[in-house]
Amino acid sequence: MKSAARKAGPAVGRGPARLAALPRVRAGRAIAVASAVLIAALLAGVAVGPADLSLPIVVRALLTELLPWHPALGVPAIDADIVWQLRLPRVLLGALVGAMLAGGGAAYQGVFRNPLADPYLLGVAAGGGLGATIVIIAGGSPELLPPAAFLGAACAVAVTYVLGTGTRVGRSPGSVGATASIVLAGVAVAALLTAVQTYLQQQHYQTLQQVYSWILGGLSLATWSDVLLILPYVIVSAGILLAHRRLLDVLRVGETEASTLGVDIARLRLTVVIAATLGTAAAVSVSGLIGFVGIIVPHTVRLTAGPSYRIVLPVSMIGGAAFLVLADIAARTVQSPAEVPIGVITALAGAPFFLVVLSSRRARQDLS
Amino acid sequence: MIVFDQVMVRYGDAIALAGISEKVESGEWLGVIGPNGAGKTTLLRAAAHLVRYEGAIQIAGQPAAGLRRRALARLVAYVPQLPELPPEMTVADYVLLGRTPHIGYLRMETPADRDICAGLLDRMGLSPMAARPLGTLSGGELQRVVLARALAQQAPVLLLDEPTSALDLGRRVAALELVDELRREQTLTVLSVVHDLTLAGQFADRLLLLDGGRAAAAGDPASVLRDEVLTGPFGAGLHVLTTPDGERVVTSRRIASGGASGQAAVDSGR
Repeated sequence: MKSAARKAGPAVGRGPARLAALPRVRAGRAIAVASAVLIAALLAGVAVGPADLSLPIVVRALLTELLPWHPALGVPAIDADIVWQLRLPRVLLGALVGAMLAGGGAAYQGVFRNPLADPYLLGVAAGGGLGATIVIIAGGSPELLPPAAFLGAACAVAVTYVLGTGTRVGRSPGSVGATASIVLAGVAVAALLTAVQTYLQQQHYQTLQQVYSWILGGLSLATWSDVLLILPYVIVSAGILLAHRRLLDVLRVGETEASTLGVDIARLRLTVVIAATLGTAAAVSVSGLIGFVGIIVPHTVRLTAGPSYRIVLPVSMIGGAAFLVLADIAARTVQSPAEVPIGVITALAGAPFFLVVLSSRRARQDLS
Repeated sequence: MIVFDQVMVRYGDAIALAGISEKVESGEWLGVIGPNGAGKTTLLRAAAHLVRYEGAIQIAGQPAAGLRRRALARLVAYVPQLPELPPEMTVADYVLLGRTPHIGYLRMETPADRDICAGLLDRMGLSPMAARPLGTLSGGELQRVVLARALAQQAPVLLLDEPTSALDLGRRVAALELVDELRREQTLTVLSVVHDLTLAGQFADRLLLLDGGRAAAAGDPASVLRDEVLTGPFGAGLHVLTTPDGERVVTSRRIASGGASGQAAVDSGR
C-alpha cells in the first residue's frame, strides 16, 4: 500500500555479473541432426535409381566431374551422365523445392498465426496452376511453363494482398486485424483462379493429361538449368525469412501485443509474404504443385525440436529438403521404371509419420 | 509524463471516449475506474496507439501520433487485460520480448539485453523459473512475468489494463505492491485500470472516474470515492465506508446497511 511501499530499492539490473545467465533457445543440435539426415538423403538420392549403378561407380562419377584434373577414374560416360545429368540435378532440385516449401510454410504459419497455413495459402498454387494451364493449352513450349507459373503465382498473391489490406480492418492502426482479411481474400482469389483453370482444362480435354500431370507435381524433368533458375530465388527468399526469425517469435504473443512492443506488423507481414511468395512461386514453377510438405515438416519440427522460429525456420528448410529428396527416391523406385507422383508419396509417407508425431506426449502437452 | 488533450475515440457511430483531458506526471499513478463500457480500456488503448483517436496525446513531451511503433514502444509499455501467453515459451524468452523496441529490425538480442532481463528476473524473484515454459506457471507467477516483460521495455509510462483480474485478493495486493515499488524505483508514470475501487483508492495517487466515455470525476481518492460521486456511474448500490485510519472502502449498500465491520466489507464488497 502507499504507506507500506516506500522502499528506495536499487534500480533494476543491479550487478548483472553475479546473475545467472539467461537460458537461450538452442537450435544447434536440431540443425545438426537435420543436416545429417539431409546429407544422407542427398547421397541416397544420387545413389539410388532404375539404372543399377554401384556406390563406387556413383562416387567415381561424381569425382570425375568435381575434380576434372583427377586422373581418369574409369567411369563409363553413360554412367557419369546418369549420375551428373539426371540424378544430381534432380536431387538438388528436390532439396531446393523442399526447403522452400517447408520454409515458406513455416513462415506463413508464423506471420498469419495459423497452424493450417501452407505456402499456397494466398493463391500461389491456383495462380501457378492457371499460368501453367494457359501455356499448355496454348501449345506453348515447355520452356515457357516455369515463367508462366511463376507469373501466375506472384500475381495471385499480389491481388490477394491488395484486396486483403484494402479492407476496412486492413487499414486499422498498425494494420492489426488485417491478417484474417488477407487470408480470406486468399481463399476467394484461389477459388476464382481454380475455377478459371478448371474451366480452361475441361474445354481443352486433349491436353488434360498434360495439365493434370503438371498439377500433381514432380521432379522427373529436372535439369541443371532448373536448379540454376530457382537457386537465386531460394537463396534470397530463405535469407530474408531466416533474418526474420526473431520477429516471428515476437508475433507469437499476437499482433496487438507485438505492435505495442514496437513491431511494424504491416511491414513484417509484407516482407515475409513477398519473400515466401518469391521462393514458393519459383519452386512451383519448376516442380508443379507438391502438397503437404509446407504443413507437416514445420509442425514436425515444432513438436520435436521446439516452437521458437529460431529453430523452426532453419530446421524446416533443412528437413524439408531432406524430406522431399527422400520422397522423390520413393517416387521413382516404388513402381520402377514407372514413377508415382511425388505428391502422392509426400502425403502417403508424411501423413502417418505426422500423425505419430502428433500423438506424442509433447504434442499433447503443446496443443492442450 | 503523459498528457491527454480532448481525446475522442469512436467505434463506428458509437463514441467510446468523448473528449478526455488529463495530465499524469512522472512517477504518478493514475487509477482509471468506472463501470463496464465506460471507456477505461479504450483510454489505455489510445495511449498505446491501438485505436484511432481525435485530439492529442503527448508522451514525455512528444506528440504520440507522430511516433513510429518502435519509438512509441520505448516510451509506453502496455499490459493488456488478457495477455497472450504462449504456453511453451520460456519465462526468459518471454521477458526478452520486452527488449524488442531496443533491438534493430533484423538484429538479435545483445548480451546487454540479456543482462537487463536477467536483472529483472532476479529483482522480481523469477530467476529460478527462467527456463520454465509459461504453461507451467501459476496465475501469480504469470502476473509477475508479464510485468517483467513490460518493464524490460524500460519505458517511462506503464499502462496496465486490470493487471490483477485473475488473482485472489492476496496476490492482487502483492502484485499492486510490486507495481508501486517499481514505479517509485524507476519514477514510472502508471495508468492502471482497476475494477476493485477500494484497491484503486489505496494504490493510485489520483483516480479518473469514467462514465459513458466522459470524465465523471477526477482527483485524489478521497474526493472521488464518495457516495454522491459513485452513485451516478455505478448506481445506488455502492456505499463508501471510511476506516478509522482514513482509508476508503467501497462496498455494497446492502452489506453496509447490515452493519458489517470495515474489514468484512473489504472482503465481501469485491
